[in-house]
Amino acid sequence: MILVTVGMQLGFDRLIAAMDTLAPTLGLPVIAQTGKGRYTPQHMDAQAKIAPAEFERLVQQSRLIVSHAGIGTVLTAARFAKPIILVPRRAALGEHRNDHQLATVNQLSGRPGILVAMDEAALPARIAEGLAVKDWSAVQSSTARQLHRALAAFIENRPL
Amino acid sequence: MKSGSTRVLAAASGGGHWEQLMLLRATLDNYDIRFATTEPAVAAQHGIESADRLPDCNQNKPLQSALCGLVALWIVLKHRPQVVISTGAAPGFFCILAGRLIGARTLWIDSVANGEQLSLCGKLSQRWAHECWTQWEHLGTDARPRYFGAVL
Repeated sequence: MILVTVGMQLGFDRLIAAMDTLAPTLGLPVIAQTGKGRYTPQHMDAQAKIAPAEFERLVQQSRLIVSHAGIGTVLTAARFAKPIILVPRRAALGEHRNDHQLATVNQLSGRPGILVAMDEAALPARIAEGLAVKDWSAVQSSTARQLHRALAAFIENRPL
Repeated sequence: MKSGSTRVLAAASGGGHWEQLMLLRATLDNYDIRFATTEPAVAAQHGIESADRLPDCNQNKPLQSALCGLVALWIVLKHRPQVVISTGAAPGFFCILAGRLIGARTLWIDSVANGEQLSLCGKLSQRWAHECWTQWEHLGTDARPRYFGAVL
């Protein structure tokens, strides 16, 4: 199953509509949390809001997550070692108050398990890559290694 | 492990703050680690049965905040940690303040969600914690906040 989420607070119809169009071609069921969008999906099992416990269960069951570039979802995907494709909301399209999600994807791009689709046109290729991702639960990004080392140094009162 | 006897209190609110603490667990588990959180039920899901409960609070709720400060002090006095760390938010900051009162070394790791500027508690930690780290390289400075990587 592929889980699509745009969070609960805002709509992101560009992503929902693109995934709805792709859904029949993916060969997997698609479940979507559509937030406050107006588009009504035809090919996905869609809910405006999914309760947190249920959402976590769906993440655990999913093979791939397709999401707006919200850090909460990235952290949940990381906890269950699920590959995640991030599509940034764009302020110019009225999708958020500013372009901080662009900054987020630029920072996170290339870290283990994280793929970026800068727009909906890039989704088919990223989804194919995401479904091909092998288990990466043991892989640590270089930034995570750096933070773990610094944390150990701080706790042991060694020079940082 | 190498410094298994160092007593560490790690505090975070439920949700994203706690998730970030859990992503640091491989290192934290090398020490004599104690946890405090606003949602012990979530901690139990992670196999941590003994987490202390912190009342939730934020800057808009002064009474709750005062209560949270007292509970944080109680937890710190109970465990007497040598090190207190928090990934946020306000309840974790109170643990850092309480840690200072007993002479613990204190570390604030600002949430990876704060890519534009430090959180309010992060800004307070620039003054009150021994170390204040951001998880965003472009926000890092020579002193506070410093940048030493990210949980992701």
